Amino acid sequence: MTTTVQSAGTTPGEMATAAPAPARRRKRRGTLVDVAAPLAILAVLIGIWYAITYLVLEPGKRFLMPPPQDVITEAFLDGAAMERITAALAQTITVSFTGLAIAIVIGMAWAVVMSQARSAERSLFPYAVALQCIPILALVPLIGFWFGYGFPARTIVCVLIALFPIVSNTLFGLQSVDRGMHELFTLHGAGRLTRLFKLQFPAAMPAIFAGLRISAGLSVVGAIVGDVFFKQGTPGLGILLDNFRARLQGPELFATILVAAALGIAVFLLFGWLGRLAVGRWYDQSRDPA
Amino acid sequence: MSALAPSLPPTGTAARVLHFRDVAKAFPDGTVALEGVDLDIRRGEFVTVVGPSGCGKSTLLRIASGLSPATSGTAEMDAQRIGYVFQDATLLPWRSVLRNVQLLAELHGISKTQTNQAARDAIELVGLEGHEKKLPRALSGGMKMRASLARSLTLDPDLFLFDEPFGALDEITRERLNDELIRLFHAKGFGALFITHSVSEAVYMSTRVLVMSGRPGHIVDTFDIPFGPDRTPELRFTPEFAELAGKVSSALRSGHS
Repeated sequence: MTTTVQSAGTTPGEMATAAPAPARRRKRRGTLVDVAAPLAILAVLIGIWYAITYLVLEPGKRFLMPPPQDVITEAFLDGAAMERITAALAQTITVSFTGLAIAIVIGMAWAVVMSQARSAERSLFPYAVALQCIPILALVPLIGFWFGYGFPARTIVCVLIALFPIVSNTLFGLQSVDRGMHELFTLHGAGRLTRLFKLQFPAAMPAIFAGLRISAGLSVVGAIVGDVFFKQGTPGLGILLDNFRARLQGPELFATILVAAALGIAVFLLFGWLGRLAVGRWYDQSRDPA
Repeated sequence: MSALAPSLPPTGTAARVLHFRDVAKAFPDGTVALEGVDLDIRRGEFVTVVGPSGCGKSTLLRIASGLSPATSGTAEMDAQRIGYVFQDATLLPWRSVLRNVQLLAELHGISKTQTNQAARDAIELVGLEGHEKKLPRALSGGMKMRASLARSLTLDPDLFLFDEPFGALDEITRERLNDELIRLFHAKGFGALFITHSVSEAVYMSTRVLVMSGRPGHIVDTFDIPFGPDRTPELRFTPEFAELAGKVSSALRSGHS
């Protein structure tokens, strides 16, 4: 094995494949800085955390901001607490992903209908904007009133919160196709469906994935908000947060917050990765704002 | 043979692919873009329209393709299949060169197995073999235009419409593509309507040059180009070429003033 590599290394053919190595090395140095700099900021933030716990708070009030090691030993390493947190996490993930899936179906269908006729866009788009402008929290009591406090109501909250970015981004994407490409399809007799599936949807994918990434984060927010509000049924992270707050269980409260934050970040990264997988080959996402 | 003597227009044996009689186009806002345009193109004719920006050249092409209707007059396209090459290459960025070249046959409902060979032939004709799997983002401007040409070639069009296709390319690439297009034209014998604002390109490529003037767009002069199919880049530096180009230029200027 080694001999083949060594001998091949001297042939011109292999030189070509070996050439990118310096570039790769440079890139790795770049990522080292990329990792080190945020880690330094993290260290500073943890330092501030300690400073607040030990320098600002009197010992009697330290439950307000327990030190990091207490969060680890009393919550993350505590079997009973972690069991509750992971169960709640599973519930929140189920609610938010169900809500997100429904929002994707409704949002894309809504956008497709609007993209088909100017009149449809004119009559339907104001309601998409209205959805964005109405504080969804104001609707949450009504949703509970109608649908009870269980899984359906929480999922509906998620859908309402996650819907707008999907609607607006899908519509924007479908309409972003160059006029020249539309004319090419017109010249060669393409019908609506062909145009939609061979031209508009592929062209819209970068925008759709940008919207999905926002919506996925919002659906987690929606699941937790629904939870906090309804306070009944299978506890998700929201209910758990409220319980720990009510019982002054600082370390558990902080651990749950960190888990919720990690979920939001994981979802954001997951959809970023899915987007690169789907369109990264031809679309340069680094040009996107945000 | 005197290069300056206008040759007779080809007598009508080849099939007529485009027929304009007294075509006019007015836009809803009242702008008259075209007026009294007469034009006939047969297979084997390469007709170039040269004129200043905004003189209605592109409108002429859009009417010829059927993308936009004429307001009055007769505009008939007798081609079974048309090729349309836009100013931009209009390649779908998510498709490879091969899949882009296969697109039009796909839109016409022809099965991929049937068009696979046509697509590969077209790619070879424009000199893109070896680049089939590349995405448009990996191609240079000239290569994108070649891919765009290949895409239209798969349909083996009777009428080829070109809307300033090489306008965005550098001069060297442009002249090379001029030569390749001439070669394709003589190999395939389609009828061509080519829009440009370059006099040199017009004289070099065409069997006939129409000079257009704006407000409203109309044809001010017609020049039959006597050069045969064996045109080489050296032609651009012959006195005959210079004199013809000079005439087209002055027609352009007098029409413009």
